[in-house]
Amino acid sequence: MTRWIGAKVPRKEDGRMLRGRGRFVDDMRPPGTLHAAFVRSPHASATITSIDLEEAAKTAVGAFTSADLGDPFLLAVLERDEFTPTRMPLLAGDRVRHVAEPVAVVVADDPYAAEDAAELVVVDWDPRAAVTDLRSAADGPAVHSGLTDNCVVDLVMFDDERLDEILATAPVVVEAEFDSGRVAALPMEGRACLAEWDDRDEQVVVHVSTQVPHQVRSGIAQALGLPERTIRVIAPDVGGGFGLKCVVGREEVVVAALALRLRRPVKWIEDRQENLTAAFHGHEQHYAVKAAFAADGRILGLAADIRCDIGAYSAYPFTCAVEPLMAATELPGAYKVPAYRARGRGVATNKPPTAPYRGVSRPQIVLVMERLMEKAAAVLRMDALDVRRRNLIDKFPYAGVNAISYDEGSYRESLDLAEKKTSDWPAECDRLRSRGLLAGIGFSCFSERTAYGTPTMSQRRMRMTPGYDTAHVRMDPTGEVVVTTGTCGHGQGHETTFAQIVADQLGIDPGQVRLRQGDTDLTSYGWGTFGSRSIVIGGGAAGKAAGVVASQLRRIAAFLLEVSETDVELSEGAARVRGVPGAEVSVAEMARLVHFQAHQLPDDCRYALEARQSADPPGTFSNATHAALVSIDPGTGGVRVERYVVVEDCGVVINPLVVDGQVRGGVAQGIAAALYEQLVYDADGQPATASLMDYLAPTAAEIPPIQIFHLETPSQHSETGAKGMGEGGTIGAPAAVLNAINDALGSDFDHIPVLPHQVLASSGGNR
Amino acid sequence: MTDMQLISLTVNGDEHTLAVESRRTLVDVLRHDLGYTGTHVGCEHGICGACTVLLDGQPVRACLIFGVQADGCEVRTVEGLADGDELSDLQQAFSRCHALQCGFCTPGFLMLAEAYLAEKDGRPADEAEVREVVAANLCRCTGYQGIVEAVCSVAADRAKASG
Repeated sequence: MTRWIGAKVPRKEDGRMLRGRGRFVDDMRPPGTLHAAFVRSPHASATITSIDLEEAAKTAVGAFTSADLGDPFLLAVLERDEFTPTRMPLLAGDRVRHVAEPVAVVVADDPYAAEDAAELVVVDWDPRAAVTDLRSAADGPAVHSGLTDNCVVDLVMFDDERLDEILATAPVVVEAEFDSGRVAALPMEGRACLAEWDDRDEQVVVHVSTQVPHQVRSGIAQALGLPERTIRVIAPDVGGGFGLKCVVGREEVVVAALALRLRRPVKWIEDRQENLTAAFHGHEQHYAVKAAFAADGRILGLAADIRCDIGAYSAYPFTCAVEPLMAATELPGAYKVPAYRARGRGVATNKPPTAPYRGVSRPQIVLVMERLMEKAAAVLRMDALDVRRRNLIDKFPYAGVNAISYDEGSYRESLDLAEKKTSDWPAECDRLRSRGLLAGIGFSCFSERTAYGTPTMSQRRMRMTPGYDTAHVRMDPTGEVVVTTGTCGHGQGHETTFAQIVADQLGIDPGQVRLRQGDTDLTSYGWGTFGSRSIVIGGGAAGKAAGVVASQLRRIAAFLLEVSETDVELSEGAARVRGVPGAEVSVAEMARLVHFQAHQLPDDCRYALEARQSADPPGTFSNATHAALVSIDPGTGGVRVERYVVVEDCGVVINPLVVDGQVRGGVAQGIAAALYEQLVYDADGQPATASLMDYLAPTAAEIPPIQIFHLETPSQHSETGAKGMGEGGTIGAPAAVLNAINDALGSDFDHIPVLPHQVLASSGGNR
Repeated sequence: MTDMQLISLTVNGDEHTLAVESRRTLVDVLRHDLGYTGTHVGCEHGICGACTVLLDGQPVRACLIFGVQADGCEVRTVEGLADGDELSDLQQAFSRCHALQCGFCTPGFLMLAEAYLAEKDGRPADEAEVREVVAANLCRCTGYQGIVEAVCSVAADRAKASG
């Protein structure tokens, strides 16, 4: 019996992409399309005294300020006393809060003409002092009036009263501060949208490069005061998202508003400068941590004060609490921490708002825990891997001090295997050293809660709580299947992996299954694709729905073959009677009968062959160990990742090609965060990284081959046993690379990125 | 809007004559005036390489070339790679090696690699050289390994075929 789950099925998506026949937003150009260009602030903080559109209006088809649109805004709310909601205006009206904040929009027949017209808009600014530094933000002017300390969310979590005593009496207390730089998700396709009014359906149809079409619809509806049915959001092919596109951009709502008002198609395609300066960022965080260890290396207690620079606004719909909440809740990660306290703050600054960029705080918390293990090992003169082994969770389910129940994983096993697979690395380091280079090895271990369902998400108390997703599976008269899902892939190969799951249930070929996604009119309300949720929740729902259709087919086959349903199995396109060769009826024949000759079937076999099912798991737990070997040129301070190993466990692997690709891409982003990428702002809030000349995304020359080994511990909480794995690569890599650098230099860097001049300063004494 | 020029260019063997503004980039001419939307725009400042096309056989950033500069030239875009329904060896290798995920950067990598392989003219594959060549373009999804493997595998196959 063919089993498609686990097979290296080539991707259905590839054919059109390789021919240049993908359909991205900018590939669509309905007749009469207007092009929008935004007028953006040159100041990080300023009052707007006037906006003069007169000259612009002479050359443009239209020019609009916030007031012209009725001062619409997006509002993301966390229903907690410790959270202060802040409105994000679609266009700033009276003041701006970061460079590149939009204050006006013009539309013209051609994008060149729109940019020309935007330059004719005259804005009078009254600049104010900007808040740009996370650490001193509390003492600066208020980013939002009435906001004291510029703290938008302040959460004290798991406040164990024994902790102070533990920290006072422990044999070893490690105290350290950790920082991670502000980074951009940088999908190769920036944000993009095209909205047009459809008279027939009385809807504005908005094509958006998004991971969350339903939330874009809700955002537009709420901001513009419209019923949701009047908006249809379609995500066509999406050129990468990485979390940037799991929130709603103000530009997307403006474009919808303009199409409604002008009754003409309106398009906006973000350029790379806008993407770097005006889109959502991520991961700018500071940690002050104290950890108590026993003499044998066991961690006894952990206290953390976490501050996240969330920029000027809360992103809709998840709010700016995503990073501080994730960090404060999940810092203990893969380790048994008996006593814990964390304070997580979201601090407003005059920089662009943050979105849940790939990994959401977990690259940072893993970095913190992995550095703590190294530091404790150094103090105790123990092997750092042994310290990890003493602390890794090893019995399941494990009830964490952070109120998380961890399901089955392979934490120790992944570390053991990673150590084995890197056993020749010390010799490799010696070879590198003999060539005059510095060399070092670093490890990181992590557990990653993925596929958060509503039960878990509700603990965050978002006004809009994600988690569930719904799939619809229906078979047509030829026996082929269309699946719709509320998840919304943007490069992960869902068209292929969902088909594998459904094909296994129905005993058909994945080629006979089509996935439709990313269309709010076509799919049930769903939460899209983020947080490594799609294959577990969306794929789980699809598997369940296909299971219902499979039972419908078995019932029909039982009638036709005059056997019991329990004797029927579906495989290779037919229903077969177990143990009776030749007793079979094809799926296509049953599909034909149900649709065209239902009268030949008993009542309970008619009108069937479709089902809608939802999935809403509490969450699954993937885990991995990463190992990096770096070389460092003592002359330039350049760090090079020479070797990289990932031992990962995402439960049942649906498609190894896809999983390996996700891991490798994730590791590349993690290496980038460790060594290259950082959005730099000066003290006035001016970005110094507004192009790819300055913001250094790594190329093939910087990213080494990445060896991947799989362990498979199926999850009890998912339909297929699969666990989410879209983010793990990004989560594990920064800590592994940082530990390798410190190993090579004998240094104690606790921040990312580590830049060549810092390496040079540190390596002076180590040559 | 006043500075219009009449240009002629051949794209994947088809001749086109059209009037364009002098400042209009080649990639906009290809995508929006002629409908070859397979070529993508990733940065508009010549770093990412998503817009790479072949201009008289040479890989160029179509965002850094004006349409008027392509007057009289032969352009090859991703749409011209497959032979009808049959994907080229390079396209097949990209799929086999999982050298693409979201697919947005893919046309640029294919055209870059196509030019490299043509220039290589059947010499054996060299992974270090391939890495250096494909480092001209940015991909955010794959970590590059699949791309390198795909190009190496086609280089090896073509070297074998040319004896």
